[in-house]
Amino acid sequence: MDVTIRVKRQDPEAGDERRLPYWQDYPVTIADNATVLDALIQIREDDDGTLSLRCSCRSAICGSCAVRINGHAGLACKTIANTVVQDGVIAVEPAGVMPVVKDLVVNFDLFWEKIEAVDPYLKHMGQEPEGEYIVSNEAMLHLSGVTACIMCGACVSDCTVLEVDPTFLGPAALAKAYRFTADPRDGDAEGVSMERLWALSEPTGIWDCTRCNECVQACPKGVAPMDRIMAMREQAIQAGYDNNNGARHTDAFTESVGHSGRLDELRLPIKSVGMMNLPALMDYMPVAFRAMRRGKMPPIAHKNVENVDAVRRIFARTQPEPEAAKVSNNSPFG
Amino acid sequence: MKYAFFPGCVSQGGAPELYPAARMVCDRMGIELEEIPGWTCTGAGVIQEKNQLFGDTLNARNFAKAEQMGLPILTICSTCQGVMSQANHRMRNPEYLAEINSHLAEEGLEYSGNSEPKHLLWILIEDYGLDKLGALITRPLNELKVAPFYGCYIVRPTEALDIEEHPERQQSLEMLIQLLGATLVDFEGKTRCCGFPILTINQRNSMAMVGKHTSEVKDLGADAMVTPCPLCHLNLDGFQPKAASQARRSIDLPILHMPQLIGLAMGMSPNELGLKRHIISTGPLEVKLRGR
Repeated sequence: MDVTIRVKRQDPEAGDERRLPYWQDYPVTIADNATVLDALIQIREDDDGTLSLRCSCRSAICGSCAVRINGHAGLACKTIANTVVQDGVIAVEPAGVMPVVKDLVVNFDLFWEKIEAVDPYLKHMGQEPEGEYIVSNEAMLHLSGVTACIMCGACVSDCTVLEVDPTFLGPAALAKAYRFTADPRDGDAEGVSMERLWALSEPTGIWDCTRCNECVQACPKGVAPMDRIMAMREQAIQAGYDNNNGARHTDAFTESVGHSGRLDELRLPIKSVGMMNLPALMDYMPVAFRAMRRGKMPPIAHKNVENVDAVRRIFARTQPEPEAAKVSNNSPFG
Repeated sequence: MKYAFFPGCVSQGGAPELYPAARMVCDRMGIELEEIPGWTCTGAGVIQEKNQLFGDTLNARNFAKAEQMGLPILTICSTCQGVMSQANHRMRNPEYLAEINSHLAEEGLEYSGNSEPKHLLWILIEDYGLDKLGALITRPLNELKVAPFYGCYIVRPTEALDIEEHPERQQSLEMLIQLLGATLVDFEGKTRCCGFPILTINQRNSMAMVGKHTSEVKDLGADAMVTPCPLCHLNLDGFQPKAASQARRSIDLPILHMPQLIGLAMGMSPNELGLKRHIISTGPLEVKLRGR
């Protein structure tokens, strides 16, 4: 197969214009079943020894070769080239968010700082168990979905929050945090990781995620970091850490729909920031006035849907039982 | 063609100009819309983070009602599309579906698991046909440069949205913009997040996202951005002045709902399409359209 590999290159230490990002085209002939990594290695070996990239296992195990292919993060070694050719071209860029060292190699310092920030080790609260701690097969199987993470940074690369705010803990570190909040050995005797959930409920934590699904899409190992973040939101609310805008927003939203069948858009932001939070409420006033002037305000009187009693009964019946809810590894994932 | 119409809360709440505009263009195309009686919110992904079972049951209830009507579902909201598709995907598990149906039985409802809700954008391409739509364009938007903005939920996760079977869904908005005669302003941010879900949680980040996408497109010379997602519209239009002040620059990029852009190309007036309700003035865009 003949294809052009269009590589975004950069050498920040160069003394000339190569210190800024530029595209370079490499026409190559590769096997039909070649991966994008095969093509990149071929370029480096045969055409241009100055092209820098990171790789090792070529089997989607080591997590070294995460790049952006046609704008989306993934492992070069796991992507079959002929499935991503667009008009004869495959565009390859370094992973996003992290600074470029050279060409396709990025600096992972930010990635590791965030992993370290979530204390990536078991923390048992209270008395140590006397003997070994036997964990159920079921619990370990569930955790294996998260421990499948190979730290490739694809999720971090494409995170829409990290793109605008480097203080966010980000998908990889939060998925790592879930590996402990969902571990029955972590936290108190019932396996509830109170301390972690408290820390994760602070700004830069679980509530700063936009639920954009980029990390779910980017992850080559099916870890689904965003789904883990959502599970931790549920764990945090159930552990009683609900005094924040995120938890209030989720509560108010669910109550509104559970009570009337539809969303009360007028009252939701007020309940989210807190009824007594006057500065935050005043902050919304200019937006509200502009909307009112344009006739855009949601109706003042929120109406119930037809047969709303049926919705209310579904709401009541689908509430989790309080006792079961206390156990942090009681997650919605299989 | 007739559909069970699922308008979503925002098209009758924070973005009330969307609902009538969607009905008008569907009328013109001969697409008949019968609103699902007593439909409820999909949960928007928010309810699902607290109580997935409740959220999914609400969706199954809407699907079951549409099945009673004997009609496929049409929505005009990217977020609703994504949440419905995700719920549907989970309900492919027969045990889960049975549990959900047990909560619907009291109302005499049962969901088969076979519904395939679709956004108007997908219906135009897959069911209605762009050729047929092209024949209804009486005022091609040749003067306008328009950028697409999808909304996360209509593009990810691809598995729940059946993108593999329908790869054209990832290009649908670009195809539509070009069909309507406008010049496509393509940009990487088109499938990124508008920031709306964290508006009340981390407003600074939310505004940074609005500012990033709208100013990038503005600087590329676009006259407008078009979105099939009313929640994106709320943030990109309603909060654009705030985002601009945070970014310390002027932006003033009109944001159009997808049916409004179609309506303009069908010769409908900006007023009847509700453009005057937008926070960012569509005046300059209207002047361009009049100036022929």
